[in-house]
Amino acid sequence: MLSWPDEVHRELKAAGVALVGYVPDAGHKRLIELCRADRSMRAVVLTTEEEGIGLAAGAWLGGKRSALLMQSSGVGNTVNVLGLLETCAIPLTIIVTMRGETGEFNSWQVPMGRATPAAFEIMGVEVRRASRAEEVAPLVAAALKDERAHAVLISQQVIGIKSFQQQSSK
Amino acid sequence: MKAALHRRAVVEGLLADRQKLLVVAGLGSTTWDITAAGDHPLGFPTWGAMGQAAMIGLGLALAQPKRRVLVITGDGEMLMGLSALATIGVQKPMNLTVAVIDNERYGETGMQATHTAAGVDLAAVAKACGFRNSKVVSKQVDLRKIVHQTPGPNFLQIKVVAEKLPLVLPPQDGALLVERFRRALLGEP
Repeated sequence: MLSWPDEVHRELKAAGVALVGYVPDAGHKRLIELCRADRSMRAVVLTTEEEGIGLAAGAWLGGKRSALLMQSSGVGNTVNVLGLLETCAIPLTIIVTMRGETGEFNSWQVPMGRATPAAFEIMGVEVRRASRAEEVAPLVAAALKDERAHAVLISQQVIGIKSFQQQSSK
Repeated sequence: MKAALHRRAVVEGLLADRQKLLVVAGLGSTTWDITAAGDHPLGFPTWGAMGQAAMIGLGLALAQPKRRVLVITGDGEMLMGLSALATIGVQKPMNLTVAVIDNERYGETGMQATHTAAGVDLAAVAKACGFRNSKVVSKQVDLRKIVHQTPGPNFLQIKVVAEKLPLVLPPQDGALLVERFRRALLGEP
């Protein structure tokens, strides 16, 4: 059986995603590696999540569909520019690994983790949540079929990072 | 040194005989400048998303590697998204030029000084980020060879007079701006 990152990569490929913006993240490690290794995709490493919204808008102007990978702690960085997706009718699938939930070892992650769904919703981005690994790829596939902006949140229990030691050894 | 160039003439020069050039303009004065030079379907004038003009240009340049892409933005807009220069420097798109029309002011909010007025050197930042070419322009020169031919990423920091000019507004409907751009570039859907 494929892992969720492999399944998601397959869905991105099937939907013709040509550009994948990402901010490095332990939960997305495998998916980032798959996208970087795929010659049909250009994986663009960003310094901040906000850059990924501009990148996606430019890609869409140029006729290419894109996806954006981030951790929940970066969602707040995108809030103002998420408005671009609505005002300019730009489709984008944002895949978010959650922090600040069950099993979180870092209390500083909690406020943004708690606010993540609302931060997307106030800016008009559709939010879906995957609580189990097998739910991730179908939600991503559905988001990719739509012409609006979508965020798929992957619960922390799916990622399963429990301590600094485990995270840094991944 | 006091700037001598006038922004509308500079932008008109950059866009002269534009051919198939793809253009993104940053929020504020540069959006009015590209419109004053002639509203064009292959231009994307932004009315928001301040700080993202260079990143929109990068997305476009990567999606359309055979076309030349020109971002025209202001110093305030560029400063808000300065990290884009680092991200572009890593990707090194050969077909992208970022031109900053630098009046050292926030023109839309009351002409307050930007960091460039205090000496922040955007061209040096771009160079340090890995742009192939980066320079400060303060005299009238033809920049079209850089825009249309020179392998990029290229960065032009063009020093201009701080002046308040009549607004020349493009359509504000974002979906329409995107749709007409895509039609002109990609053909009918």
